[in-house]
Amino acid sequence: MWRPNRRKEVDDGVGSTDRTTPDKDVWVACMVAVRDARDEAAFARLFEHFAPRVKAFLIRSGAEATLAEECAQETMVTLWHKAHLFDPGRASVATWIFTIARNRRIDALRRQKRPEPEDLPWGPEPEPDQADALALQQESEHLGAALAALPDKQRVLIEKAYFGDLTHSEIAAETGLPLGTIKSRIRLALDRLRHAMK
Amino acid sequence: MTMQDINHHLTDPLLMAYAAGTLPEAFSLTVATHVSMCDECRARLGAFESLGGAVLDRTGSVAMSADSLGATLARIREGNGQAERPAPRRRDDVLPAPLHDYVGGGLDSVRWRPIGMGVKQAILPTSRDATARLLYIPAGAAVPDHGHRGTELTLVLQGAFVDESDRYGRGDIEVAGEDMQHMPVADIGADCICLAATDAPLRFRGMIPRLAQPFLRI
Repeated sequence: MWRPNRRKEVDDGVGSTDRTTPDKDVWVACMVAVRDARDEAAFARLFEHFAPRVKAFLIRSGAEATLAEECAQETMVTLWHKAHLFDPGRASVATWIFTIARNRRIDALRRQKRPEPEDLPWGPEPEPDQADALALQQESEHLGAALAALPDKQRVLIEKAYFGDLTHSEIAAETGLPLGTIKSRIRLALDRLRHAMK
Repeated sequence: MTMQDINHHLTDPLLMAYAAGTLPEAFSLTVATHVSMCDECRARLGAFESLGGAVLDRTGSVAMSADSLGATLARIREGNGQAERPAPRRRDDVLPAPLHDYVGGGLDSVRWRPIGMGVKQAILPTSRDATARLLYIPAGAAVPDHGHRGTELTLVLQGAFVDESDRYGRGDIEVAGEDMQHMPVADIGADCICLAATDAPLRFRGMIPRLAQPFLRI
């Protein structure tokens, strides 16, 4: 069984952009270049970093390697075509790619539709607020660090929930889930919503 | 949607499972509908999706096949020009966009079927691992007394209902677990419309409703 690597990022030789502490701003800049300039070099950097991670995520979620490869490619195609919807004030690049890969998994592995909430009336902004974007990216890094710092048992529970190894009632039955790790991320999102709705 | 005065929210496990994409479709529909009405749960959902991004970030990597990037760029070029700008989603005063999508129109398009005592239902087309139905309960009427084997989510879209535990108005969601035996009663002020999702058939306490169950698909 494939197991997530804990300490060290695996550089599989696909690209040289991997680094132990990736600078998240680089990925936002690449997304903006893809979105605004249809920049294929920026797309290639995103591909080299994220496609192997999406593939690993899908294999860990139960996909065969061929299907995982196919879905990872489709995820990156969707990233290109929906780049205009990316808003760095609302999600990190990793989070945004996660939601695309998740939807591919529901479609391809579970063969179900995914009902999505209504979009907010303020939608993605052409000129996102720099302070919002920066706060969001920093908060995403804090969340990643908090996840990495959890005791193995708790972290594995969270990972299992996202890989689809736990149903919602199993999640509800687990008392070891450290949901406090996301509290400050929730506060930030609420502040931003209230600010935008004013 | 406009800000609502919502007092009953989604639980963390439901939001986490929706963010992870592992809920049955009928439950996802209910979560998406509540989030459309509730800013607090929208913010919480955003945080659970961030957690998914953090999990993706640390999952490690598996090499893509040899000319994967080239193949992906070729697919992108094929798809260029047929840029997808989907039509704006529709909703009405009672049905938020996700429900409007599943009904295939507004409230007047719902195909209600009577299930007795003035109560009507309409089952929505979802995968079979759980069932989503719209319920129409006349003001002051009761939904037959029932318990659950699984989980039942009840989201109020119009009017209000009260049961043994509390009062639920528009946007409020009740999450009922295994052993809950309850009898929701529509508030006397107005007819109540709810979205109810169950992952196991309901159990009614009386003999006749139980016999009728297979026909009514309750």
